[in-house]
Amino acid sequence: MLKQLMSVMVALVLGGAAMAQSGPLRLTITDGVIEPLPYAVPTFQAETIEATQVAVDLTRLVARDLTGTGLFREIPSSAFISQPSAFTQTVAYPDWRAINAQALITGAVTVSGNQLVVKFRLFDVFSGAEMGGGLQFAGTVEGWRRMGHKVSDAVYSRITGETGYFDSRVVYVAETGPKDQRQKRLAVMDYDGANTQFLTDSGALVLAPRFSPNGDRVLYTSFESGFPRINILDVASVGRRQLTTAQGEIAFSPRFSRDGNQVIYSLANGGNTDIYRSDLGSGAAVRLTSAPSIETAPSLSPDGTQIVFESDRSGSQQLYIMSANGGEARRISFGDGSYGTPVWSPRADLIAFTKQNAGRFHIGVMRTDGSEERLLTASFLDEGPTWSPNGRVIMFSRETQGVSGTSALYSVDISGRNLQPVAVPGGASDPSWGPLQP
Amino acid sequence: MKLLTKVALTVLVLGTAACTRPDRFGADGADGANGPMDGASAQAGVSDPTSPLYFNQTIGDRVLFVVNSSTLSDQGKTILAGQARWLQTNADYLAIIEGHADERGTREYNIGLGFRRANAVREYLVSLGVPTNRLRVTSYGKERPVQVCSTESCYSENRRAVTVISIASLS
Repeated sequence: MLKQLMSVMVALVLGGAAMAQSGPLRLTITDGVIEPLPYAVPTFQAETIEATQVAVDLTRLVARDLTGTGLFREIPSSAFISQPSAFTQTVAYPDWRAINAQALITGAVTVSGNQLVVKFRLFDVFSGAEMGGGLQFAGTVEGWRRMGHKVSDAVYSRITGETGYFDSRVVYVAETGPKDQRQKRLAVMDYDGANTQFLTDSGALVLAPRFSPNGDRVLYTSFESGFPRINILDVASVGRRQLTTAQGEIAFSPRFSRDGNQVIYSLANGGNTDIYRSDLGSGAAVRLTSAPSIETAPSLSPDGTQIVFESDRSGSQQLYIMSANGGEARRISFGDGSYGTPVWSPRADLIAFTKQNAGRFHIGVMRTDGSEERLLTASFLDEGPTWSPNGRVIMFSRETQGVSGTSALYSVDISGRNLQPVAVPGGASDPSWGPLQP
Repeated sequence: MKLLTKVALTVLVLGTAACTRPDRFGADGADGANGPMDGASAQAGVSDPTSPLYFNQTIGDRVLFVVNSSTLSDQGKTILAGQARWLQTNADYLAIIEGHADERGTREYNIGLGFRRANAVREYLVSLGVPTNRLRVTSYGKERPVQVCSTESCYSENRRAVTVISIASLS
């Protein structure tokens, strides 16, 4: 009796504190420091005996996704006052308010043969209301991770008002061997490093893969012929072809246009590297820059009208923006050091880049006019940022120094918080984050 | 006897040609003496001024650059003058010039920089009379270091352009 009374009192106190949260639960993602939002996700109900293990695994996956953003904090199950006993059961809000769970996620999993069905519901504990309707995903048992990521995406989206990024894949370069004997292969993985799959063998050096906008193809640079050339690979069939390059020319640093029908890239001829655009259907190429300096690493704006790229025309690597049809470019980087590998954010407002200054490398972001430069990381060698589909997180390569130096993937959010390694088996570099899967 | 020499030379040449596809380790002569040949024939190669081994080891197959630069040093020009004479004397050979950069730069830029270095070598060799159709250029950026420490002593050896002798078709 006393214990019950105490929990009511606690609930009252916490309820009072939560009153400051005006109206329904909503986490606005800002650049400022935020307190992670506490949530509870009791292990999803296994509605068939075969679903027992996958229910546990899938619940943990959802918790890892949400906590991994740095925006949410999971309340451990040891603190729970009650456990939901059935998916349709009425939520005992006071029990969740008492432990200050602002959001509650409940779910149920059914396995029948190779069929997996996942249902979930999201509750705003302090408003005492369900957020959005229940959702259900169906698929195969082997696809359980994707269904977990879809639950996480729905929760993230309902609470933040932004699309998620969990059910997405990343194409990257898998690395093995020491620095002077390094083997590189194209590989693809889930955003969290799971389900890695090789797309090429290690017979030829490959660099800097880039996903097409819908994730069906990958552009990359291959040294198969001994000369850098651009290849295009179909992810489903793993079939590939080389884009035509004349003798005496090398081609590298490709990216798809937003419609996936064209490629912008660097072509070098006679020692001079410029930016070109080619139509993937007809092969027709247009030259977009014609300076005697090195112009490379082009990236299109989300509306397809502008290209950000790097050039050493001023004497050091700096960032420039020009029309997607070429022409005059305006320099946007003016800080100390040199800047390379610019990538336009999918939200259009920011450019991510690699900065080299005073012996250190940084991943940073700036606005498209060059203002508000913010360095997010610092190390011996960080490079090659890629944006999460919602433009909130950046993944990049970090290489350690010395004879035994190796490369690994890291992610960081655009405020510079939540820097963490991506759990990829083996060495990895050059990530390219694909779209949220349908 | 003359025929025998020719046969021996051809074997030697083909042995070298088999490993002249640029994308491989040691291609640029870091271990030039440890090519596909055994010790005895390697010795013969070094003392034979018409051999690629002589080119690699006695003349010097590479020139080095300072940070972010593709300007040839006087020492580099001397080596390239020797390379040009050898290529003019040994007209059956072709050459692939590979440009490289140290690890202190971004991947894409280093490919452009390596290509610029390789072209500086190509242009100098052409200015000394080597036909352009016997030279091809490529760049490995920072992907193929010969030294793996992270100090200037290694970086200075990695910032290089290497002339790789080949008899293979360049197509």
